[in-house]
Amino acid sequence: MKCRTCGQKAAVNMRQHKLALCKEHYLEWVPAQVERFIKKYRMFSREEKILVAVSGGKDSLSLWDILHRLGYVADGLYICLGIDEGIAYSSESQRLTEEFAAERGLKLQIVNIQQQTGMTIPELSTATMRGRGKSCSVCGLVKRHEMNRIARDFGYAVLATGHNLDDEAAVLFGNTLTWSGEYLLRQGPVLPATPGLARKVKPLCRLYEREMLAYALLRGIEYIYDECPFAVGATSIYYKELLNELENNRPGAKLSFYLSFLEARKKGLFAEPEAIQQELHPCPNCGQPTSAPGLCAFCKMTSKANTV
Amino acid sequence: MVKIILRGKEYEVRPGMTLLSALKRIDILPESVIATRDGELIVEDEILREGETIKLVAVISGG
Repeated sequence: MKCRTCGQKAAVNMRQHKLALCKEHYLEWVPAQVERFIKKYRMFSREEKILVAVSGGKDSLSLWDILHRLGYVADGLYICLGIDEGIAYSSESQRLTEEFAAERGLKLQIVNIQQQTGMTIPELSTATMRGRGKSCSVCGLVKRHEMNRIARDFGYAVLATGHNLDDEAAVLFGNTLTWSGEYLLRQGPVLPATPGLARKVKPLCRLYEREMLAYALLRGIEYIYDECPFAVGATSIYYKELLNELENNRPGAKLSFYLSFLEARKKGLFAEPEAIQQELHPCPNCGQPTSAPGLCAFCKMTSKANTV
Repeated sequence: MVKIILRGKEYEVRPGMTLLSALKRIDILPESVIATRDGELIVEDEILREGETIKLVAVISGG
């Protein structure tokens, strides 16, 4: 198989695009695509200060690499979750992220959840009995809260995450199975800023997870390969596997699923926006917006954990 | 024979077949992996050679 651009031996074949490229042209193609989607969805400009949430995984490190190469002002945020039983998942991903930032001279903000709340994610999960023995729900809540906090405290206009097309298609698939109208309405490449919350963007939302892996490998980005021990058996991974079966038989099916959803949402298929507008109130403890008066979910959880 | 490795698990296939045929033979979805030979990425129509080792990198990662 030959590179469509230069005719040399191809390193990556993307059946969904009927496009094969060599290493050199693939490493040009991916950032160009990301730039195209940043502009198409009006995610941010070169004048805005961006905070990239980095986990040490292939997607977020590749996103940071791409934004840096494209000339955006992007700092990293690593949240140390304290998941270190057995495979030293958090400490290894922190080491890889720090090395990545140091090699490129990039600014990295680090938040340590144990120092912040007095407990690691698994400990918080056990203490609060939240998530029925799995840490994922506590982890999501804590990460969202801390990302918002750092973006607000340090004046970042935009929070960028490394969600790829497979992540988006899997979430969409799950929300479609349950017809979760409110979640469907909120899913998209950009979640606009609201008072107290930075704009959230997903510049990789149209790139397949396989494309991002190829980018990380060809660029020589060292990332954490092991899955989070709590992600083993996760529903989202099962949905990704199902969608990959579909993609294998119908190349482009995942992309078409996501893009036709965005089109349908734009046409107002899921819900009347005004019907689900929620009034937000500042949390009396941390100041972040919350849907009900009183403490936000994060402050309620940490308060409960510390009284157990 | 050709050795194929994914997450520490080893498979063996006959040389002379394409990567795509080999993946089908060992029941691995091509969408779910990227194949490397001596650190270089290879695509589905690559012919596998006697005695070589192909390392597969899993696409899905969670966390």
